[in-house]
Amino acid sequence: MRDVAIVGVGMTRFGELWETSLRDLFVQAASDALHSARADHLEAVFIGNMSAGQFVGQEHLGPLLVDHLGMVGVAAGRVESACASGGLALRTAFVEVASGMSDLVMAAGVEKMTDTADVTEVLATASDQELEAYHGITFPGLYAMIARAHMEKHGTTEEDLSWVSVKNHRHGALNPKAQFPAEVTLEAVMRSSMVADPLRLLHCSPVSDGAAAVLLCPLDQAKQYTDRPVRIRASGLATGTMALADRKDIAVLDAVQRSAQRAFTMAGLTPADMHLAEVHDCFAIAEICCVEALGLVAPGTGKSAARTGETALGGRIPVNTSGGLKAKGHPVGATGIAQAIELVEQLRGEAGARQVRGARIGLAQNMGGSGASSVVHIFEGS
Amino acid sequence: MPSPRYWREVPSRFRLEAVRCRRCGKPSFPARTICPACRGTEFEQIGLTREGTVITSTVLHVAPDEFAMETPYAVAIVETPEGARLMAQLVDCEPSEVKPGLPVALEFRLIRQEGHGGILCYGHKAVPAGA
Amino acid sequence: MAGIVGYGAYIPRKRIKAEEIARQWGRDAASIEKGLLLREKSVPGLDEDTITISVAAGRAALDRAGIDPQRVGALYIGSESHPYAVKPSGTIVVEALGVGPRVHVADFEFACKAGTEAMFVALGLVESGRVEYAMGIGADTSQGAPNDALEFSASAGGAAYLFGREALLADVLETYSYTTDTPDFWRREGEFYPRHGGRFTGEPAYFKHVLAASRGILEKTGLKPKDFRYAVFHMPNGKFPLNAGKTLGFTPQQMETGWLVPTMGNTYSGSSPTGLAAVLDVAAPDDLILITSFGSGAASDSFVLRATALLPERRGRARTVRSMLDHPTRYLTYGQYASYREKIILND
Repeated sequence: MRDVAIVGVGMTRFGELWETSLRDLFVQAASDALHSARADHLEAVFIGNMSAGQFVGQEHLGPLLVDHLGMVGVAAGRVESACASGGLALRTAFVEVASGMSDLVMAAGVEKMTDTADVTEVLATASDQELEAYHGITFPGLYAMIARAHMEKHGTTEEDLSWVSVKNHRHGALNPKAQFPAEVTLEAVMRSSMVADPLRLLHCSPVSDGAAAVLLCPLDQAKQYTDRPVRIRASGLATGTMALADRKDIAVLDAVQRSAQRAFTMAGLTPADMHLAEVHDCFAIAEICCVEALGLVAPGTGKSAARTGETALGGRIPVNTSGGLKAKGHPVGATGIAQAIELVEQLRGEAGARQVRGARIGLAQNMGGSGASSVVHIFEGS
Repeated sequence: MPSPRYWREVPSRFRLEAVRCRRCGKPSFPARTICPACRGTEFEQIGLTREGTVITSTVLHVAPDEFAMETPYAVAIVETPEGARLMAQLVDCEPSEVKPGLPVALEFRLIRQEGHGGILCYGHKAVPAGA
Repeated sequence: MAGIVGYGAYIPRKRIKAEEIARQWGRDAASIEKGLLLREKSVPGLDEDTITISVAAGRAALDRAGIDPQRVGALYIGSESHPYAVKPSGTIVVEALGVGPRVHVADFEFACKAGTEAMFVALGLVESGRVEYAMGIGADTSQGAPNDALEFSASAGGAAYLFGREALLADVLETYSYTTDTPDFWRREGEFYPRHGGRFTGEPAYFKHVLAASRGILEKTGLKPKDFRYAVFHMPNGKFPLNAGKTLGFTPQQMETGWLVPTMGNTYSGSSPTGLAAVLDVAAPDDLILITSFGSGAASDSFVLRATALLPERRGRARTVRSMLDHPTRYLTYGQYASYREKIILND
């Protein structure tokens, strides 16, 4: 396998982008990525997208989107793993380059969610349709069950959940591309309306539009495109049971554990080597479970990491410096790529007010459904 | 819900039909072709007892449009005496009183419908035992 | 001899008080409670209908009978609120009960009499030897138009009876039906609420048929009211059955066990069958029981039953009617009731 680097990035602002269509979102992010690397060609494009078919009634994104990018003919296709579609697109592109199949590949993610009336129902299709969604459960509902199981097992409280939102909004306030670049108070989080007990509105990531794209090439060709390539040290992909009911321990996201173990093994690194991480905080409880599953904090201490500042900017292991899905926004298919972009900016030292000083190695973790799929990438700056 | 997709699930939805792996004894609900625990392919047909206990639960205040008139409603993961786990709404109780360990009975209920003109989709919901 | 080998009932757990309905429409609650003897009624959830009530009652009947559902050769459901206009309720119920597919199934409708009609046909098929076991179910989630007198009574519930020839819980000694064309109550296709002829539903309809069928079966069997331990008459309100029974010479003591309407409401096709189930929940061996249904349109079916020694040992296998009736989980406001009964206009 060849060493692979990210040499260009581009992303739209995340938010309710009423005037921008799915294709225009992609074109904007993809063009920015190409320009940032001064690249005028591509060999392949992998597009992470959860459900354009349901959100905007459009399937077959590969040809559509490269057509609008002015690159008809380029190999392209959509990659799907629910909310981990972006992470899976990155992994697919990574494998394409590492294997020697192609030399310049784009991994993109795009989701246009605000064109649809019943987003809750569309997102629920990432759960088991026959065993879960059929009975009226929603994604906030599934994570609420995980939260209750976590509360039962570890004594996690509503306040613990709320501190995750407070921390991520504090980070997001420093990110000009975030959907909600504003801080929230603990009181505001704990007083926000109940969505799925114990998860309140401000424990939940929003409905967002957005696109993100990165360019990958072999590390030894990176200098053609950038002075500051970021190497992808490892990619770990894993699955867990689709139905939450089938998990041995509902409070544990075992697919996240597995994907992390695979990535750490591949990189020859440990969680202690990480300087920062972007993790999939679709709901506040998800960040708590993920930092534990990734080994970033000691088992059972995930609940207090945001409150103590351990995972805040300036803390031992800053998590979600971008604002996370909560504050930055969560256009589902784009999220995995946007996480990689935050890592690239941080490892290049270009994160401005959010910069983690001395950051050289970090990971991004992106998951689908109620944690049934998870993908972890480890990045290293040059 | 397209009728064939609904109709295909009738044995598990209407009668709680399940299987138990002959090799490792793990119950699967609904029936599977391959045991998720040991990859065994020989199964014994079993029917789940219409009772169980709550493993974990939530109360939904925001629901898909189809369920919007039922909010707030509780949804729980219920374990039957056979060791099978299933997700079900918990009704005929105060949603806030649903706690882990709550004994429940499974009753046949209308689960959803495709608007006013579509087919009616049935299955099981849980109610507190003895309610 | 053929008779009942299993029975079961189901009453939804939500209630609304007559007082709450009266408050909504500015009516005098006391006069309704006194005049119609209605205090509260059962209200189905959005997830309860004739089919789910039939399944719950049918499962209880099978549990009490303790037979293999595959031996049930016929199943009939009487209801005026079948959820589909076209598509049977019975097919869903047999699948849920594990009955069939070698089974004859039909949905019946005869206003409030459809339940005993299903029982009558099921019994006849068993008696004839055509099938080994047959189930007759009466269930309804009836709608009364807002601010109509029927709104105080129309409720939800039902009962199922499994008939066979062995291990009887009650012998069916005789049946009697009395039918004329009497348009006292009806609902045309596509209409949401039934209409009724007001006081025309009384003398020429309810009383004429209930009295004729009850007198007919007494004459046919040579029995007198005093020979019976229990009597159940269709319960459109609290007053009609008591008056009919009194006219026939039955005492309030004979009627009180099956007289469920003050707190259950009128469960239409499920009304007198549920009353009978409440009687079977307490009857002693050899007790004689009279049940007379009434369905607008109009007709009455009467049955004379005798409890067997097996009844007391089998009834504990399922819940009693009283336990369901006396433990509602929630009293609704009129607003909640209107929502549960889908009286609020929503976009599809």
